[in-house]
Amino acid sequence: MKRMLPVVMCCILLLSAATAMAAAPIRIGALFSVTGPASFLGEPEKNTLEMLVKEINAKGGIKGSKIELMVYDTQGDATKAKQLATKLIKNDKVVAIIGPSTTGDTMAIIDDAEKAGIPLVSCAAGIKITEPVKKWVFKTPANDHVAAEKILNYAKQQGQKKIALLTVSDAFGSSGREQLKQLAARKGFSIVADEVYSPKDTDMTAQLTKIRGVKPDAIICWGTNPGPAAVTKNVKQLGIKIPLYMSHGVASKKYIELAGADAAEGVMLPAGKLAVYDKLKKNDPQAKVLKTYDQDYKKAYGVEASTFGGYAYDAFQLIVGAIRKGGAAPDQIRNGIEQTKKMVGVSGVFTMSPTDHNGLDLSAFEMVKVSKGDWVIIK
Amino acid sequence: MELHQQILQYLLSGFSTGAIYALIGFGFAIIYNATTIINFAQGEFVMLGGMLSYFFLSVVHLPLPAAVVLAVLATTAVGIAFERLAIRPLKNATPLSLVIITIGGSILIRGLTMLIWGKDTHALPSFSGSEPIDIGGATILPQNLWIFGITIVIIVVNKLFFNYSITGKAMRACATNRRAASLVGIDVRRMVLFSFVISSAMGSMAGIIIAPLTMTAYDVGIMLGLKGFCAAIIGGLSSGFGTVLGGLLLGVLESLGAGLISSGYKDAIAFVILLLILFIRPQGLFKKADSERV
Repeated sequence: MKRMLPVVMCCILLLSAATAMAAAPIRIGALFSVTGPASFLGEPEKNTLEMLVKEINAKGGIKGSKIELMVYDTQGDATKAKQLATKLIKNDKVVAIIGPSTTGDTMAIIDDAEKAGIPLVSCAAGIKITEPVKKWVFKTPANDHVAAEKILNYAKQQGQKKIALLTVSDAFGSSGREQLKQLAARKGFSIVADEVYSPKDTDMTAQLTKIRGVKPDAIICWGTNPGPAAVTKNVKQLGIKIPLYMSHGVASKKYIELAGADAAEGVMLPAGKLAVYDKLKKNDPQAKVLKTYDQDYKKAYGVEASTFGGYAYDAFQLIVGAIRKGGAAPDQIRNGIEQTKKMVGVSGVFTMSPTDHNGLDLSAFEMVKVSKGDWVIIK
Repeated sequence: MELHQQILQYLLSGFSTGAIYALIGFGFAIIYNATTIINFAQGEFVMLGGMLSYFFLSVVHLPLPAAVVLAVLATTAVGIAFERLAIRPLKNATPLSLVIITIGGSILIRGLTMLIWGKDTHALPSFSGSEPIDIGGATILPQNLWIFGITIVIIVVNKLFFNYSITGKAMRACATNRRAASLVGIDVRRMVLFSFVISSAMGSMAGIIIAPLTMTAYDVGIMLGLKGFCAAIIGGLSSGFGTVLGGLLLGVLESLGAGLISSGYKDAIAFVILLLILFIRPQGLFKKADSERV
């Protein structure tokens, strides 16, 4: 045994020398709610990120450095998110963090990222995350008010004045409700009904009957599946002929499938371009990126890519872009992200600035209409 | 739209959700009477009914009647397994620990369903079309009629079973006094198993008939279970018409509350009623303190 020892030592030395010769890996952390109530966000985000990292490492990494990804599950729990963020920063010593998936989780860890000086690219939509602007915090989903503005601009064009709101009583719904009310007041609409439903409700005929009673010109429903599908069915059941708008929260084929093509006919909503990439104009800057992403995702996981996964896609591209330009130190990454100009992503074309850490505008969405079980872009 | 038409619509919506609450509440009452425990896995039976019929219909591609029958049978099998594996082995457990076991069981069933069929919501086709039916300016769907019809049939069959069949009478005897029932030769443990069979079959049927309207997912059982529990409490945990009235009352109050007061309070209404009943009339709204229970 004793004679073996030097041999073993030599082997270990050789091995470590071999690893030291390749450039040190770049460690990126990610926090997603892979399980729990927001798993519909976290799961595609995690999948997307793992797919992208595999791809980039197969091509030899960035400037010869492989990427090492540490993904943790926050379960949609802000306390967990905070613990895991500390773990990423202190133990894993990551250079940047992608996520978390929900606004609540993100708000919980902003302080940690700011204090440690680690760039955080959130995949949550809440406007509070980047307004006011924080030095180290960015986010990739467009603000809710961008989608709300898109709907109201279209409604104005159609001459609709009296609006009825039907929003879900969770964070997404109440944020949408606030934005809609503010924007509606500014754009000269009057809100004639302001109803809510809870996320697990399955019958909204009571709210809709009340809405019908006040004769609005249009109904705007703000929620994520399955609530809006139930609303759509109820509208059909009650024979309501008032135009119905949905939020970008249901911009996937799943919504049409749940509501039924028949009931969803004519429903309008602002959709991220991923949902309609095959119907975009040829010269749309995003067309190619969206197609590649959707096809790669389908190949890797057997299901359609979702807008939510796109948030992680964009976050990753922002960080990779920054590392390519500058370097892999946290402050270089932060500066790189802030200087991003016209980066074509899944959620839109990003142009960051010291006063805008989201970088998207109205062009991130297209107004679409359901027709015969599919989306049609409307002008 | 006139106010009276609006109110008619609220009532109709309330009745159709109320019928479901009643059916789920019934399942609570039957198991409570046989075992004196509240089976909090009742909502999961409802969920299983919906998910399994989706599975047989859309994944295995069976025709609707076959899918419904198989879904009910499979859920009943789960109910039997649950009783055999989780309730029966603990003969001398206190009701409290059994209740906690049912909560554990419900989490297990929910978790397994999520692992097997994923977290997506699924829609089921209506049994017979989705053209709304106009009743005096208010509208309902053909599926609502199915819900009313099947609920009535199930309740009538139950009433007949408990009042006229030997097994039904034996179960009532257990409900009145377990010890006395076992002394006259009734196999109480068998009756407990029966109560799980009936309530899981009933729960799954409830889950199947509402799925075309409300859609189904692995986690729909929690809220439905709680509402059914409310209905059963209002009815004083009797499987008679108390629970039916309890369910209908709950459905109508929710719907009227959402329509006339504010939709933000819809769920609050149900639980405020539950608390009030538990404080003021713990024996239920429609019952004298010591009447017969089945």
